[in-house]
This record gives sequence, structure tokens and C-alpha cells, in this order.
Amino acid sequence: MTTIDSSVLERHGITPDEYQRIIELLGREPNLLELGLFSVMWSEHCSYKSSRVHLKTLPTTGPRVLQGPGENAGAVDIGEGLAAVFKIESHNHPSFIEPYQGAATGVGGIIRDIFTMGARPIGLLNALRFGSLDQPLARRIFEGVVAGVGGYGNSIGIPTIGGEIVFDDVYAGNPLVNVLCLGLARHDEIIKGNAGGEGNPVYYVGAKTGRDGIHGATMASAEFDESSAEKRPAVQVGDPFMEKLLMEACLEVQKTGALVGIQDMGAAGLTCATSEMSSRGGTGMDVDVMHVPQRETGMTPYETMLSESQERMLMVVHAGREAEVEAIFEKWDLHAVRIGHVTSTGRVRIHEHGTLVADVPAPALTDEGPVYRRPMREPAWQREVQKLSLESLGAPAAPQDAMDALLGSPIIASKRWAYHQYDHTVGTNTIAQPGTASGVVRIKGSKRGLAVSVDGNGRFCYLDPYRGAMLAVAEAARNVAVVGAEPVGATNNLNFGNPERPEIMWQFGEAVRGIGDACRALEVPVTGGNVSLYNETEGRAIYPTPVLGIVGLLEDASRTVTRQFQSPGARIVALGDNRGELGGSEYLACLHGQVAGAPPALDLQAERALQRLIIALVREGLVESAHDCSEGGLAVAVAECAFDTGGIGATVDVPAVDGIRAGFGVNATLFGESASRIVVSVAAARLDTVLARAAKAGVPAAAIGETGGDRLRFSVDGAIVIDMALEGAETRWATAIERKMARAR
Amino acid sequence: MTFAVVVFPGSNSDRDAAEAARVLGERARLVWHKDTELGEADAVILPGGFAHGDYLRTGAIARFSPIMGAVADFAERGGPVLGICNGFQVLLEAGLLPGAMVRNRDIKFRCEFVPVRVDQVDTPFTSACAPGQVLHLPIAHGEGNYYAPPDVVESLEANRQVIFRYTDRSGAMTEGSNPNGSVHAIAGICNAARNVVGLMPHPERACEAPLGSDDGRIVLASAAEAIRDGRFRARPAAAASR
Repeated sequence: MTTIDSSVLERHGITPDEYQRIIELLGREPNLLELGLFSVMWSEHCSYKSSRVHLKTLPTTGPRVLQGPGENAGAVDIGEGLAAVFKIESHNHPSFIEPYQGAATGVGGIIRDIFTMGARPIGLLNALRFGSLDQPLARRIFEGVVAGVGGYGNSIGIPTIGGEIVFDDVYAGNPLVNVLCLGLARHDEIIKGNAGGEGNPVYYVGAKTGRDGIHGATMASAEFDESSAEKRPAVQVGDPFMEKLLMEACLEVQKTGALVGIQDMGAAGLTCATSEMSSRGGTGMDVDVMHVPQRETGMTPYETMLSESQERMLMVVHAGREAEVEAIFEKWDLHAVRIGHVTSTGRVRIHEHGTLVADVPAPALTDEGPVYRRPMREPAWQREVQKLSLESLGAPAAPQDAMDALLGSPIIASKRWAYHQYDHTVGTNTIAQPGTASGVVRIKGSKRGLAVSVDGNGRFCYLDPYRGAMLAVAEAARNVAVVGAEPVGATNNLNFGNPERPEIMWQFGEAVRGIGDACRALEVPVTGGNVSLYNETEGRAIYPTPVLGIVGLLEDASRTVTRQFQSPGARIVALGDNRGELGGSEYLACLHGQVAGAPPALDLQAERALQRLIIALVREGLVESAHDCSEGGLAVAVAECAFDTGGIGATVDVPAVDGIRAGFGVNATLFGESASRIVVSVAAARLDTVLARAAKAGVPAAAIGETGGDRLRFSVDGAIVIDMALEGAETRWATAIERKMARAR
Repeated sequence: MTFAVVVFPGSNSDRDAAEAARVLGERARLVWHKDTELGEADAVILPGGFAHGDYLRTGAIARFSPIMGAVADFAERGGPVLGICNGFQVLLEAGLLPGAMVRNRDIKFRCEFVPVRVDQVDTPFTSACAPGQVLHLPIAHGEGNYYAPPDVVESLEANRQVIFRYTDRSGAMTEGSNPNGSVHAIAGICNAARNVVGLMPHPERACEAPLGSDDGRIVLASAAEAIRDGRFRARPAAAASR
């Protein structure tokens, strides 16, 4: 038998202090299996030990919240007895090691979280970050991740309805793969991960357990170095076909009412499912690993309990209804296997052929893990990077050249290379085609629809994590508002570096504070999410990257708009204030190679007024199109409204923003990224109404031009500064990424 | 009239096909692949998805599903059968249509709306179309690159069995209008008796304008009309020549 010495503890990522705590909780030394259970459940990934004190400050309640954080997914009431069930989750580390499978199993994991709740998944979105496409490694990871995201979602038949992709060298050694799944359920169909009722049988169903993914949760809680490739066996392999069967069978079983509770086996596998279900139910579980279907021979209880093989579920069934449940799984050629039963002991007891091999109080694993209030310190460089001296940049780029460069920048360019690989039409609910700000799905049998957006700007968060996080909330909410949907719930994916470094922990704390403040001001509760720490390679951390997923409710799915201009001769109206802010902008990065300055200011009350206004304008049919202003500023936003329209150009004239130094006035006006702005197009006859509505709402609004023609023409203070053929601009924008991907590998 | 939609394990457009039939005011029944009888059915749809995981080859295992005997019998009796996407692949593997599918020319899965030209209107699924009519339909496949040996393609063309082709919006075949590399830009074909039709695009996903197009309605509407006026109807089982 292995004695537990310091090297064993180190391999398990357990500190000496944590080991002492385990001994106190057990009243004795753990055996190796028990240590393994603690190791995965107390990993950062499962226990949120560094983040918990911060996450507790987020607003998680509201009149619509049916399920807040703590379950497999959050749920909000969307009327008519229906619930939107949604969550975002990351698979960053696995996607670096094995892009296709890492991304695919990330999709598989979040889909399980949704159908585990009794909801049918109806849409997927993803937020992806890669290194610059000029690097072969980044191209390979991008290619593999996109194929993996598509490979899993397409097969299982859940449309990928939206997302965002950012390329920046800080993600070269640590890509981000955050996937959001949205599901739909009736309130009374929602089922939780509880183990209740002493004596009720515990069933295992799905794929067999193999040796894959052992210590995946622990791996996701450590930094990367050059030996990371050796960790490939810790990446799971996905089987979407198995998951499809599991999903259909589970949704069928859940409708029978024969289940007490159900939970998927994701991170920390069987260990997590048994202990969390027991803990939530205030019960215990006795299971015998000999009953667990195994893919390989000779697996030890340690391997069985820690395996992260995919596509597996744990269920507690009402005693007496076993045959009913078994029959449904048989129909789908799945074998539900009884592996144990619920007890009143409060303990997870693992047996091997009847012999007790582990005996741990369930709450010790789930609730009594260490909680760290890690030291936080503002980085010494923080104030420095917020300084932006326009004078030091040299001459401003010619506006036309800048526009050309921005439209061809992969951050701004069309992401069709990726989303053409995603099935977005399956399910016949998808209303907005990908490439619009939000994914929009209708709800069959109802007039309602749902809009979802995922957003986050790592550059802004690097420059100021508090404001950057607020901007992420504002942008995600604005993106659902521009299609006419009222933001009703948020989920967040917090991607950061090593929390043991005080500077990283400061970024984390500031970002969570920003999310909390913004969500409170906009009245959008956070119903769950995911924390991904240790996103570092060779000691270099990614930008702090909180990604916000916000779900919006459309009262009437037939009353929505897209970003595209609908007709020539319409008036273009800019809503919101242009302050010409260049800090952290794509213009600065793309044209001047600088990531500096303060991110745009954000007035949350102004943002809220803007969102309320646009929702009303869309619902009342007063605008023909609406588009958020973000990367690339006003000029790029207007151009994007003209793209994919079949050739409706635009002529715009705006006043220069005052007070910009060093001759940057024109570029700041056109490409600055001031927040809380929306570009709409309005039938000429409705212009006065729209302007009056804006004035009444206290939202600055200005008619800045007209749609039509085959050119994109921008004037500042009456002088033409950009004049280009729409077709050429659109081609450049549409094909920038495929041109990079087509280059010799 | 009633469409029977076969559900294989891994089908993912079965409910979409049934919904499309209902949108058109017709009935739809889902038939489990382990059944051996179709039950009430005026037309059969093999839906999109990835039957049996598409392991081995797309559609290769589905042909052995118990229901396929009844589908073949229904086809032989002249009943209208439509294979969409993966359903088309199953029809190819089952030998109800000639040819095979290989990976898309660029190796990637491809999903987008594309123009699809209707070349022949004497099938149950195109009878309401105008010859040369261009439909705006979504594709969503990784293996939709239709291939058959030259002599087979020649005979398909000679017998007017190429029903749908990828074209541009005006109906012209161009270098850029073939999304997957299919030989002769073939998007769909029929059998010699013209009652079995397979196509890669998804008409059932384009039956309501808010979804991006309602051009697909005409495919199922054709079948409903053709069956109602008796042009395409399965002969009774007893009368079938076996």
C-alpha cells in the first residue's frame, strides 16, 4: 500500500495544510483512494476555493430566477410556464493540449448540464480566444477547436447560434474555449441533482468508464509548461452519438417522474456526482465500483472513481419504478446499471466487491473544502498601461487606410470561416443567422423567443479589470437588447491566470466586483457560471478575460431586427454619446501596435436607458435595423450594417469629437470605442418619432446619414475622409480569416 | 395525408421534418427504427442526422435497421420516399439510390443557405415546382460530395434522374456555386421509378420565412398534392410484386 508522503500529496495538488484539514474532517488519515477523492473535489476547478469569497458578492436573485448558482445550470422564468435553462463553461486547458477533443468534450459537458436539468438544449454559443493567426500553432489550434465545436454540436443536432472569436498573442499558449448552452423546459419539468429517499437505488447510465481524464480537474487547476503535452491522456475523448442517445433517453425518463435526481459525471466524474448529489440531498450513498461498467480491465477503485470518461450520468430512481426507467434506456440501447443506493448516513461509502474501500462524509468533499481569501495586489504596471500619449504614436493613420486595415483585422472580420462549420439551422428555431450580435431562437408553440449573446473584451480588462468587466456585462446585455430582447439572466465564465499571484487575484476580484455592479445596475441576475484559473503558459498569464453570457426574452419573436440595413434611403441614427475614446481600441492595436489607455467610460444608468429605448423601438417596429458599436467604433459598425445586405451602402457625416489631441480627432471620432452606442436605420418618415423617443428617454441621438448607394462614404465635419466601394470592403471583411487560414501551413 | 418520419438513433432532424409537415397542414408520425412496419403512411421521410453515429460510413449501419425492410417494400410499391441529408446517405447505402457520398471537397462541415435548382418536376417531391426553379435552402453536412462512377452519372443524366443541382441565384452552374464538390453539382437524385428522392439540402428547415426561407415548403407540398390526386401512391401490399 502506498504511504502518503509529501510527494504523493504534491502529485495530488494537496497542500500540507489541506492534508491536515482532511485528517480533521475524517478523524484519521485518509487512504490513497480517499486522498484522490479529496484531491479532485478540492481542486480549484471543483471547489472554487480561491474564487468563492468573491463569487458570493454577485447578485443571484430576482423575480425571474428559478434556479441560481449551485445546480448543474441556472434557470429563469420566461413566462407561459416556460424556463430558459443555461450555463457557460470552459474547456481551455484540454483545448490547448488536444484542440479537437478538448473543444468537443467542452461542448458535450455543457450540453449534459442542460439536459440534466430536464431541459431540451436548443442552442449553443461559444466565446473563443486564440493567438494571432500569423502563427502556425494558433492556426492549428483555431482549426481544431472550430472543428471540434462543430463536430460535437452538429452531430447531436443542437444549433450553434452565435458567439465571438478574438485573436491576440496573449492567448497563443493558452486558448480559451467557453461554451454556452441554452435549453428550454417547462417549470414543472426542471429536475435537480439531489439524492433523496433512503433506500432508493442509484443508477449509472451511459458510456463505460475508462482510464481517460483521470485528474482532469486537477490538471485544469495548474499552469502549463513544456511538459503539458505529456498530459494528453488527461484529455477525454468525446462520443456525440452516445450523448445524443443519453440526451433523448434522459429527457424521456425525466418526463415519467420516476427520477428523484440526476447529475452528469463531468469534472471529477463519479466522485463529484456521488458526493454532490448526497450533499444536496442531505443523504449519503453506498456504491460498489464492481457494478460500474468498465471499458478496460483491471481498473482500480481509484481509477474508477476519478475517471472523467465522457457521456455518463448518475441517477437516483424512486424505489419500485426501476423497471420503467430501465425499459426506456433499453429502448435507446443504453443499459442503466444499479451501482448502489441512497443512505441516511451523510457519507459517500465506496465498496469494491462488498469491501468498504472509502468512507467520507459527503459535505467534507463538497462544502468543507478550503476557502482561500488570497492576497490581492494591484500590479505595479497597472497605472502605467492606462496612460496613453497620442503624441508618442507618430502620425495618425489615414482614415481610409485605417478602415481598410480594421475591416481586414481578424478581430473585426466576419467569422464565417468558423460558423459555416457549425450547423445553425437544425431544430428549425434559429431566427437570426450567425454573424449577428445575438443568437435568436423562437419558441415553438409560443410567440416568444430568446436572444443570447456572449461578450468579453480582455484588452479592456487588462487595462482596467473593474471597468472592463462592467463593459462586458453592458455589451452582452446591449447585444440582446438590440434585437428587441429584455436581458433576464446572466452566466459568466471567468478566465484568469494563477490566483496564487496577488496581481492575478486582484484582477479577479476587480472583475467580479465590476460584474456585480453592472449586473445590479442593469438588473440582470447571475444564475451560474464557471471559473477557469491558472490560464498561464511558461509563467505568462492571459489577459483577464471574463466572458458574459446574457439571455434575453423576446415577447414576440416576429418583432426583431438584425444589424443589416433593410432598404436604401433609410436614415442612419447614432444612439448614445461619441466621446472618441481610443483607449484599448482595436484601432490603437491594429494601426499603432499599442494596447494602452483607459478603457471607455461607462455610465450604467445611461446604458440602461439606452437598452430600454432600443428594446421599445424594436418592439414597436420603429427601426429597420440595429447594431451595437464595439470594436472599430462607429465607422466599422456602420460598415457591418451594410454588409450582407446585397449591396446597400451608406453615406455618413458626423461632427468631430472635440478635444482630441495630436491630430487624432478624425480617427477618434470614427474608430473610438465609446460604450453605450447603437447604430439604427429608420424609415425617413419615422425619423422624427425615433428622435423624439430618444429625447424622452434621455438618450443622445443624431441622424448621421442615409443608407443606399454602392459605397461606404464617411465625412467628418463635412469633409469626406473615407470613400470606398462597398463590394471591395465587404470582400475584405468577409474573407480576411479564410485568407489567413488558406496560407501555407 | 400522413408522412411517416423514421427515427434512427442519431437522427436529429426527425422532429424538424415532422414539424414541417404540420406547418403545411399535413400529419406526421415518428416511426422508431426498431419497428418492422411503417403503419399509416402516404409518404416516408428518412431525416437528417447521423444515424447510428455514422460510424463506419454515413448511413452504413442504418441500412440494417429493422424498419428498412418496410421502407424498401414501400418504395418498391411505388410509395414516395424522401431522404434528406443523412436520409439521402442511408438511401445510397441501402441501394435504393445509386452512388455514394464522400467528404466535402474542402474537408470541412459546411452550413449555409445555398441556391438549389429544380431540374426535374416529375417526382412526387418536385411536381409543384416550375422546371428550373431556384430554391433557397440550407445545407449542413460534412459528407455531401456526391460521387458515382462516370457510367452511372451518365445514365442518371440520360434518364433525367438528377433532380436538384447547386447553382447560383440565377440558376447557372458556376465554379463557386458548388459548395461541396459533388459531381455535376448534384444536390439530389431519384431512382429509375422516380418515387424515391434523396437530396442533401434541407427543405424541412426552410418552411417558414422567419427561419431564413420558406422555399422548402414546395418539396413536401408537392408530395401532398401528388398523393392526393393519386399520381404517386404506394400500391397495396397485397398487390405488390415480390
